[in-house]
Amino acid sequence: MANLEIDFCGIKSPNPFWLASAPPANSGYQVQKAFEQGWGGAVWKTIGAPVMNVCNRYGTIDYKGSKIIGLNNVELISDRPVDVNLREIAEVKRNFPNNAVIVSVMVESKKEAWQEIIKRSEDTGCDGFELNFGCPHGMSERGMGSAMGQVPEYTCMVTEWVMEVATKPVIVKLTPNITDIGFPARSAIKGGASALSLINTINSIMGVDLDSFEIKPNVGGKGGHGGYAGPAVKPIALHLLSSVASDPEVLKSGVPISGMGGIETWRDAVEFMLLGSTSVQVCTAVMHWGFRIVEDMIDGMSNWMDERGFKTCNDFIGKSLPRISNFGDFDLGFQTVARINHDKCIQCNLCYIACNDAAHQCIDLHDMKLKDVGNGNGRMFPVVREKDCVGCDLCSVVCPVDDCISMVEIETGRPHTTWNELSKKRPEITQEWDKMEAYRDEVGIHIH
Amino acid sequence: MAEHYKPFKYMPWEMSLEERFQEYHPAYSEREAVVEANRCLFCHDAPCMVACPTTIDIPTFIRKISTGNVKGSARTILESNLLGATCSRVCPVEVLCEGDCVLAHDHKPIAIGRLQRYAMDYAAERNIEFFQKGEPNGFKVAVVGAGPAGLSCSGELAKRGFDVTCFEKREWGGGLDTYGIVVFREPVEVSLNEVKMIEKLGVTIKTNVEIGKDITFEQLVDEFDAVFVSVGLGAVPEMQIPGEDLEGVLDGLEFIEETKVRPLNDIKYGDRVCVIGAGNTGIDCATIARRLGSERVNMIYRRSEAEMPAYHFEYQFALKEGVSFMFLTQPVEVIGEGGKVKALKCRRMDLGEPDASGRRAPVEVPGSDFEIPCDMVITAIGQKKHSHITEKLAKFGIKTVKGYIAVDEKTNRTDHPKIYAGGDCVRSHGEASTVMAVEDGKIAANGIHRALCGEGVKAELLPTHASKR
Ligand SMILES: Cc1cc2nc3c(=O)[nH]c(=O)nc-3n(C[C@H](O)[C@H](O)[C@H](O)COP(=O)(O)OP(=O)(O)OC[C@H]3O[C@@H](n4cnc5c(N)ncnc54)[C@H](O)[C@@H]3O)c2cc1C
Ligand SMILES: Cc1cc2nc3c(=O)[nH]c(=O)nc-3n(C[C@H](O)[C@H](O)[C@H](O)COP(=O)(O)O)c2cc1C
Ligand code: SF4
Repeated sequence: MANLEIDFCGIKSPNPFWLASAPPANSGYQVQKAFEQGWGGAVWKTIGAPVMNVCNRYGTIDYKGSKIIGLNNVELISDRPVDVNLREIAEVKRNFPNNAVIVSVMVESKKEAWQEIIKRSEDTGCDGFELNFGCPHGMSERGMGSAMGQVPEYTCMVTEWVMEVATKPVIVKLTPNITDIGFPARSAIKGGASALSLINTINSIMGVDLDSFEIKPNVGGKGGHGGYAGPAVKPIALHLLSSVASDPEVLKSGVPISGMGGIETWRDAVEFMLLGSTSVQVCTAVMHWGFRIVEDMIDGMSNWMDERGFKTCNDFIGKSLPRISNFGDFDLGFQTVARINHDKCIQCNLCYIACNDAAHQCIDLHDMKLKDVGNGNGRMFPVVREKDCVGCDLCSVVCPVDDCISMVEIETGRPHTTWNELSKKRPEITQEWDKMEAYRDEVGIHIH
Repeated sequence: MAEHYKPFKYMPWEMSLEERFQEYHPAYSEREAVVEANRCLFCHDAPCMVACPTTIDIPTFIRKISTGNVKGSARTILESNLLGATCSRVCPVEVLCEGDCVLAHDHKPIAIGRLQRYAMDYAAERNIEFFQKGEPNGFKVAVVGAGPAGLSCSGELAKRGFDVTCFEKREWGGGLDTYGIVVFREPVEVSLNEVKMIEKLGVTIKTNVEIGKDITFEQLVDEFDAVFVSVGLGAVPEMQIPGEDLEGVLDGLEFIEETKVRPLNDIKYGDRVCVIGAGNTGIDCATIARRLGSERVNMIYRRSEAEMPAYHFEYQFALKEGVSFMFLTQPVEVIGEGGKVKALKCRRMDLGEPDASGRRAPVEVPGSDFEIPCDMVITAIGQKKHSHITEKLAKFGIKTVKGYIAVDEKTNRTDHPKIYAGGDCVRSHGEASTVMAVEDGKIAANGIHRALCGEGVKAELLPTHASKR
């Protein structure tokens, strides 16, 4: 069976699955229960400055019968005093020496405050720290959390303060609420961070009640932006992860990344790891289903690894990163067309209307009499006019039947060049429409 | 278009004989399974799991289907129930797991049985072997009867390192799963595959050996450290009415068995069939007869609809298959002509005061006899207990309850320290079913393990309902 152990800048963990710093990692009771059920590590709920929480902290997106596709919260950092947390952290680490216990911290922007809390936390025997530069609500208004993470200079400065006193690995947790996440990532590394984690939650307003006009979540008649997490944010998290993981400076530093944002199953976790996460963290899914989901995460990942002959996580961490590329380097000669498998087609004709109204009008409806359709209801079959198909993929994504419409690569004889190459070799094509038209004629591209 | 999206219509003449005996529920496609699995709420402390006699972790196996970890799903099932493939097909889920699904109140319950079958088929198609024989611990156990109780006990013991020999008097293992469950519910191969899986765990299955005849119980007790008796029940008892020996009067179990082991074309069936008894076995006989081609099938039952022992969903199924029911009707004589069945003479009944079973007793209506013309009579009025076996076991001081072997519920041990028993042969109360037999095998395996290896083995034991009690 595959070995799931990981070494995260010296922090050892029996598997890559960690509780994210959030309500599930709020107390010794919870974290010990999680470890008993198989979680490899936990980033403790952020401790630090004194806070007061409000009621109705969560808003959700429930989509067509599925609950909590996305979760938004206006919760603050731990509302339990620092020494209570530290006592429990020490106890958990004593009881579970082989699991990773990481203390997440956030205090006001003062050197003494940061250094003091790091020193106090070290005494717990914890394995490392996570600096919360990401909380986007409540704390940011007080100059903490994402207010620090959004200013690369602050990120670097605070990281340096911490590194001066920390004897254990320090993870800097990044906020997604920024235009280019490369800046804070590089600043953290400049400040000496041992590792990065991302993403924290995304600014959001969950909705408005049509009857009462209240904002979701409703805090005594008022509402405001809160942090968005859960399955819906996964694509954003994967993008930010891959851009940090493939940043040349990050690559050069060799620091590991702990990825999170929307992880619910072992499949999600594998995707994060293929894009460069060494460990993965989970919050919303645990809030929805409980700690027990980790059993399938471990089992599913190890079955997947066995099937592919991966012995350790390092065999696949980052394996898909080299495929992350820029638009300008995509192959302009790669051509696909949609092919409909009429044995599978159930004649909902959603592909037809999608192509007709929102793509290139190259699916026709034919009375094909391909087979006996029961009562011979005379419904038409969609048929792709391949020569006009631009290969956009829309019909295939709207089709409700698995493997019914496939995008098939065809050889057109067209040059396999990229936009960047074209701009370099024949810049006029990329600048003038008539030259572009001429080039298309030359290589046989006819857009219908 | 997938066939099963068409509403079911009973038109046997439109289907070939083979088609009529295909599994009634088609297998789920991957998409269907995932969509259904995603409906599961993944309840905490799920009632389905409590309702399953073998305590399968149902929410977990379903979640694993939804995450695409189907191999893990199959393992989760088999860890609690080695006969998960059979159970997924034959379990009366309506009164077990699915009946207790929290969605059963105001939604449709999750199709747990079909999802379980999906995971089991996935593992079977890929020949995945989940368990190995345990480190030998030096103890030898004999198992008598290779039905679900015997197989389950053998497999669980082999996993823990016991040297297990299972004796089976018939040609094939599997017990009633192989010989008694109608093919359109479970094909024979599924049961035989499970027998193979148990053999792969290192269990020696000796077929065509009848204990009590070829080998004595004394020999087993001498030679082995423990003996598990799982001999099930016997043939259908006689009705004790005249004409029972006419040609055309059949034992229901034999009738079902024919459809399992012989080419369907060779099986004789009547044009007009009377099935006596209205239990689940009777329903099986009646629906088989219909699918073979019988024009008219009447089920004859001396009490009323409310008292019939068949499950409600089985009754509904029979009605859908075009079976007719004659309630409050008592057969009194099989009438023959030239040695063959010609009609069944019956008497009308009324319901009187409640009897010992708590149900209202049928009372004869004098002078109400009438004849039902028929060319075949199938009896399905229960199964005889193996009295020749209980008599032999009595010599070991083993007692019986209502003719069933008496055991301690927590360990399935009999009055003899070395002899355990389980399955239909101990089912003096409760529904006899495959899944209960499997659980009995597990309880006995735990009991034997603990008795021979000491209390210390507790931790690795399987969760059973007995241990929950
Ligand atoms: C027609 C019919 C349909 C059924 N349908 C269902 C259903 O749909 N769902 C469900 O859950 N249950 C069903 N049942 C009940 C279920 O089959 C039984 O409860 C279950 O098989 C009992 O298992 P067992 O191991 O105790 O006995 P059995 O399955 O009867 O197995 C006993 C085995 O012991 C062997 N044996 C007997 N004596 C000896 C001996 N002296 N030496 C060696 N071997 C011996 C027998 O040959 C047999 O193989 C049905 C039963 C019948 C009769
Ligand atoms: C209710 C709630 C509270 C959170 N509190 C913290 C926190 O105290 N510190 C922190 O670093 N992140 C906090 N987070 C962010 C999570 O750690 C995580 O980054 C985010 O939820 C994305 O992961 P997910 O999609 O698995 O939930 C919180 C998230 C939620 C939903
Ligand atoms: S989840 Fe618990 S704490 Fe939160 S509102 Fe419900 S009962 Fe109260």
